[in-house]
Amino acid sequence: MAARRPAGGSGRFWFLALALGVSLLKCLLIPTYYSTDFEVHRNWLAITHSLPISQWYYEETSEWTLDYPPFFAWFEYGLSHVAKYFDKEMLVIQNLNYSSKATVLFQRFSVIFTDILFIYAVSECCKTIDGKRAKQNVLDQPAFILAVLLLWNFGLLIVDHIHFQYNGFLFGLMLLSVARLSQKRYLEGALLFAVLLNLKHIYLYIAPAYGVYLLRCWCFTACKPDGSVRWNSFSFLRTISLGSIVCFVFALSLGPFIVLGQLPQVLSRLFPFKRGLCHAYWAPNFWALYNAVDKSLSIIGMKFKFLDADKIPTASMTGGLVHEFQHTILPTVTPLATLICTFISIMPSVFCLWFKPRGPHGFLQCLTLCALSSFMFGWHVHEKAILLAILPFSLLSVKSRKEAGIYLILATTGHLSLFPLLFTPPEFPIKILLMLLFTLYSFSSLKTLFRKEGPLLNWPETLYLIGLVPLEVVCEVIYPLTAWNERLPFIPLLLTSVYCAFGISYVWLRLCVAVLTEPTAMRHRKDH
Amino acid sequence: METWSLTALSVLLGLVVRWSVSLNSYSGAGKSPLYGDYEAQRHWQEITYNLPVYQWYFNTSDNNLQFWGLDYPPLTAYHSLLCAYAAKLINPDWIALNTSQGYESPAHKLFMRTTVFIADLNLYIPAIVLYCFCLKETSVNKKVSILLCILLYPGLILIDYGHFQYNTVSLGFALWGVLGLSYNWHLLGSLAFCLALNYKQMELYHALPFFCYLLGKCFEKGLNGRGLALLMKVAFAVVASFALCWLPFLTDLEQILQVLRRLFPVDRGLFEDKVANVWCSLSFILKIKNILSPRTQLLLSFAFTVLALLPACIKLTLQPTLKGFKFALVICALAFFLFSFQVHEKSILLVSIPVCLIISEVPFVSTWFLLVSTFSMLPLLLKDGLLLPYIVTTLTFLLASVTVLSIHEKISEEALRLKAFFLLLQVHFPGLGVWTNAINYFFMVSVAVMAVVTFMSSVLIPPVRFPDLFPVLVSSISCAHFMIFLIYFNIVYLWDSQNKKNLKKTC
Repeated sequence: MAARRPAGGSGRFWFLALALGVSLLKCLLIPTYYSTDFEVHRNWLAITHSLPISQWYYEETSEWTLDYPPFFAWFEYGLSHVAKYFDKEMLVIQNLNYSSKATVLFQRFSVIFTDILFIYAVSECCKTIDGKRAKQNVLDQPAFILAVLLLWNFGLLIVDHIHFQYNGFLFGLMLLSVARLSQKRYLEGALLFAVLLNLKHIYLYIAPAYGVYLLRCWCFTACKPDGSVRWNSFSFLRTISLGSIVCFVFALSLGPFIVLGQLPQVLSRLFPFKRGLCHAYWAPNFWALYNAVDKSLSIIGMKFKFLDADKIPTASMTGGLVHEFQHTILPTVTPLATLICTFISIMPSVFCLWFKPRGPHGFLQCLTLCALSSFMFGWHVHEKAILLAILPFSLLSVKSRKEAGIYLILATTGHLSLFPLLFTPPEFPIKILLMLLFTLYSFSSLKTLFRKEGPLLNWPETLYLIGLVPLEVVCEVIYPLTAWNERLPFIPLLLTSVYCAFGISYVWLRLCVAVLTEPTAMRHRKDH
Repeated sequence: METWSLTALSVLLGLVVRWSVSLNSYSGAGKSPLYGDYEAQRHWQEITYNLPVYQWYFNTSDNNLQFWGLDYPPLTAYHSLLCAYAAKLINPDWIALNTSQGYESPAHKLFMRTTVFIADLNLYIPAIVLYCFCLKETSVNKKVSILLCILLYPGLILIDYGHFQYNTVSLGFALWGVLGLSYNWHLLGSLAFCLALNYKQMELYHALPFFCYLLGKCFEKGLNGRGLALLMKVAFAVVASFALCWLPFLTDLEQILQVLRRLFPVDRGLFEDKVANVWCSLSFILKIKNILSPRTQLLLSFAFTVLALLPACIKLTLQPTLKGFKFALVICALAFFLFSFQVHEKSILLVSIPVCLIISEVPFVSTWFLLVSTFSMLPLLLKDGLLLPYIVTTLTFLLASVTVLSIHEKISEEALRLKAFFLLLQVHFPGLGVWTNAINYFFMVSVAVMAVVTFMSSVLIPPVRFPDLFPVLVSSISCAHFMIFLIYFNIVYLWDSQNKKNLKKTC
């Protein structure tokens, strides 16, 4: 937003200004609150720095054991060699919760600096936006709007630079691989994504989209005129090159642990199914609604004496605070069930990607839908995972009016659902102001971009989004002042996650419908 | 995008920066027994809440004036009282008489920061927004750019949200005064300015331009008819607002005198600490404080101040234009800052805000000035542990002014408003080549010097023989800049070609 420059802004000037502006803002956020993730990453720095590789996935002095894939451990290892110039004490495993001033500065700056990759990826993504709409005013160009939507993304700002995580450069890798795929540099894109998978395995959620898209567009070299695949165009050479790249990356990452015979240990760290269905704060997904229905049924049941109060497990009444949530009326959900639900929900979009290829646009839609489906039905989903859908969908939001509308609902609801991450009073104004800043910008810029094509949202959608304001006021301002806050402190979190879950589910449904019903004819032209 | 959303975005950006700065430490945090300005403000809440009005400014057993005694005019005291009522509601310990001395806690910090935020949001920011939208002859984009730059001015943010003061209140009132005069609501303008004066006596730096402008307006209308009526009305507004503010103290002459003694502590010397004005900078070479008697010092500073601001004031009285008024505000405040008695480093804000007002006229020099003014407070900011926000907000401001105002393109004679002066110069000294391109290099050298000195003061340890080396460097560099700026602003104002054209038309 720093580059509010009238016509004639030369070249990359405004992009640099935007990137610099947001980096400065990140520096301003250094003294803000940070969560336990700060200690998690400090601990990983210490583990990778002071132990041999064979110990990395066994060390458990701190409760925050290493549970990211090996490349991320190597990344921390690399960082630790810079960290020792700041403060050597942070690299000692026994120094639990160590947070000297130099440590904070180092960790915060490491996030800000690695975000350079994100900035580069965004600039590559902006290049893929065609300049057909080129207008007089830089401000109203799709590429500029996209740059702001990505660089100044509210969720990324608060999760990385206040809450503390390294999502910036990871999303950078993701966006870069997306950009490479849309530039038809498939192998490069595949390589980047393979590296990304070995940095953080949450990106497995979107792996189906990558797999199918690469198979369809890289391994098969031609299509029939109606868009379906020409089976005899399968290229072994291409498949082998793709496969060898992916295998090489995985070998580099997991190889040492296979040699050491530690693969089961690594995998058990990466996929801890021992955790509950929902995180302490329910992510606004299908299971939040499921839990809410269960809870309201049990309350109604108790009131009308359908249920025996003694038989109800007491833990369920404090739901939202304990990790294990026991359902009273509806059947309890197992990890396998969520896996099946996720699989089924991903299927339609993947099938569409195969049978109705629509180039990079279709790929992005499918990718978002994969991310969103896993968010909706996944096991122990974190609220932060919504960024996995919001960020790639930003690329689509500047392309058509319909998608801009969906994006606005998704981003606004998703971002609001991140609010409980920051619960400390000094950060309250920051999150409100940043949220207003981002939301206002996304609404007004997209509205301006598509002003000739009519409104972006219909009235029920608008009403729903406006409803977020009283929800937030009640949850964070009014409710804490009431007497219930002592007895039922989880109500605001529950309200937020259930209300947001409706929005996210709606977006998921709309996106499914859009993917399934969109005619194939349109992207025929694009493909050829 | 619509104008209102651009405006709202700028304001939100300004607010985000403000609140993020406020998360940093404040002056005197944890520094027992004297603490700093933060404790002073808290102490005033304690005093005004617990003591009757007639004891506020007097040294009593419960009110030790040596420990941050109230030394601002009554409006500050009322504001403290208001905050104290809010504090009482939240936590009575914060303002308990005597026992609360040096009270510090995260919750209290949050409360204090919020009071500044609220004052800023209600007084200063609306005034700036309104001001930017009443600018004439500029496009919407330009107005918003100017708004963004003014809102991001680091000096005010760092002092109010970092160091801790309520400058936005007094400066906000003064801005409402300027707004009043620009909309020709002279009464409202003078009322707002009187409130500013009654909030901080330092607003006297701005008093002369207000006076001269209004006087000039009266002369313009003719002293016999409407002019006289206006003069009477303004005088009445001033007297009435002063009387209202001072009402509780009007019971007794001794009360008034005591308040005045507290407001103008003449015995505190020519200057305090290291301030970037002429006397302090001179004293590094010549120990004026020791050579001259206090009385001579007072006279000397008075004489120089009057000399420095006289031309601008005379011109303003003769030709009361709005543009001239803004320039005169800058010149007078700067003259006071450089030459007057008992100046604080934070008083540079009184110059900076008028400079913000002329950012549309002379963007390049204004931005430069604003950068230097922030730099001149560096020793203070370092003491408060505000190095990081200082660097970041300064860079943000620089970035904003380069991108949205494109200051680097505005260095022609025309843009610098020096054409008339250079023409005159060439008439008298033919053959004197004037090249304005060099000014870009001067700017870069100046920024580089400031960066280097900032780096040195924050990283290096000064040699034992000169423990004050870096503060001295900062203040003398800033003072040299300010002197040049004073001359520049005077030249621009006194040789203003537009005014001459207007004059010819009217004649």
